[in-house]
Amino acid sequence: MITGVLKSLFKKPVTVKYYTKPGVHTPIPDRFRGRIIYDYDGCIGCALCVKICPAGAILATPERKVNFYMDRCIFCGECAEICPVKVISYSKDFEITSSDRSQLTVRK
Amino acid sequence: MDARNIDYEYSRLILPVGPVHPSLKEPVNLSVTVVNEEIVDVNVKLNYIYRGIEYLAERRNIAQTIYLVERICGLCSQAHSLTFIQALEEIANIQPPERAEFIRVICAELERIHSHMLLLGVVAYDIGLDTLFMYAFKSRETVMDLLEKISGKRVHHDLNTIGGVRFDIDEDLRRLIIKELKYVKRNLDYISEVLEDATVENRLREVGVLPSKIAEELSVVGPTARGSGLTKDVRFNRSYSVYRDYKNSFKIVVLKDGDCLARVKIRVLEVYESISLIETLLDNMPDTPIRIGERILKIIKRIPVGEAISIVEAPRGQLAHYVYTNGGEGLKRLSVRTPTIPNITAVKYMLMHRQIADIPVVFSSIDPCISCANRVTVTDAAKNKTIIVNLENLRRRM
Repeated sequence: MITGVLKSLFKKPVTVKYYTKPGVHTPIPDRFRGRIIYDYDGCIGCALCVKICPAGAILATPERKVNFYMDRCIFCGECAEICPVKVISYSKDFEITSSDRSQLTVRK
Repeated sequence: MDARNIDYEYSRLILPVGPVHPSLKEPVNLSVTVVNEEIVDVNVKLNYIYRGIEYLAERRNIAQTIYLVERICGLCSQAHSLTFIQALEEIANIQPPERAEFIRVICAELERIHSHMLLLGVVAYDIGLDTLFMYAFKSRETVMDLLEKISGKRVHHDLNTIGGVRFDIDEDLRRLIIKELKYVKRNLDYISEVLEDATVENRLREVGVLPSKIAEELSVVGPTARGSGLTKDVRFNRSYSVYRDYKNSFKIVVLKDGDCLARVKIRVLEVYESISLIETLLDNMPDTPIRIGERILKIIKRIPVGEAISIVEAPRGQLAHYVYTNGGEGLKRLSVRTPTIPNITAVKYMLMHRQIADIPVVFSSIDPCISCANRVTVTDAAKNKTIIVNLENLRRRM
């Protein structure tokens, strides 16, 4: 055991730094789901995503479109899967933090 | 006023351990009665983290409930959703494609690896051996990264759906999993070497002994039962899914000692078995679609009224879900029995006539998950009546 401990003194650390340079991260996996990208003009207003959303993070608007509240989203990806015209997709942006709640809503 | 003269028995005192305690990770209260450093009685109080998930499940449609059920536990998320979906598929009479069942079981076994690694780390931390804690979490991180590459998320994978799985394991991922599991296996060899060390053995051997007779009486499950010499494993006793055909590619690990060391060692040995099972499954994956073509909103419309019970082996032991559908896209009743409920009753026996210093390590050696185990029941002892409190009443009380 002691040899193992001494050996790891001279090894590179396993810990990955979160933010070494601005915009440089550790590689994000392909299937990662971050902030939602919504194509407002392509939406047909069928509201299937409103029905399937487990967290109630999608609400319909009077203009027969939808709003996404990212503060409630659990990033399951069901809305992107069920959308018949595929206007919903996920970006790789995971830093969704804001002190202002309206910043966390995806409208257009 | 006369000074009241009361004789206190200073040698006997009740020591509250928790609900906030540096070594217990979740809110649980152990009222330990101590006489001269020796524990003579233990009372476990659980109700600090009730979340009302069973009640919420009755108010959502089935497609939403899948994600709710997954969030009962952070470590057994795949096990919970697998159990729930197996029950639903039984009611709806849907047979998932063969490849889907393989992917489900592979992810369940990967989850077993990272859950067992967490326990190894927590026990090592409780006995003050931070080196082992770091090594265990290094391997755990590898497995969690694998799960993130398969499903896109590290903790809640959102992998299962009715009639299959949502993400495929392609050729690149298959090769990556085999490569990374070899690395985990190498780390594991080192970890089992550390567990042979005299300091670990002196701290864990013959601490918290649970003889097999008592274990059978308390009907403990999972690694706690197998550490006491009981051959209890749902994967063997009533095998489900792919385990039916691949019983021979892994062994059931049973140790007879029943102490903390046996319960820790059993986890290491089980990880070896899980790795060999995953490697066999990856080699034999059939080439079928991963889910049935029907949309999920259409499937939940045709689920009839019915009830089913489904039992799987979660990392901590036997997990059962009772599901009763109402025929209108929703559930009438969901009842969950998590492995911690039977296991936590064994803590009293394990701690009896031990020292105070043994409390953290004995308690964490059963791998408790308190928030999974919380139910609200109010018992009126005078009228001999039991009332189940629903969320509405609970809100009013608070």
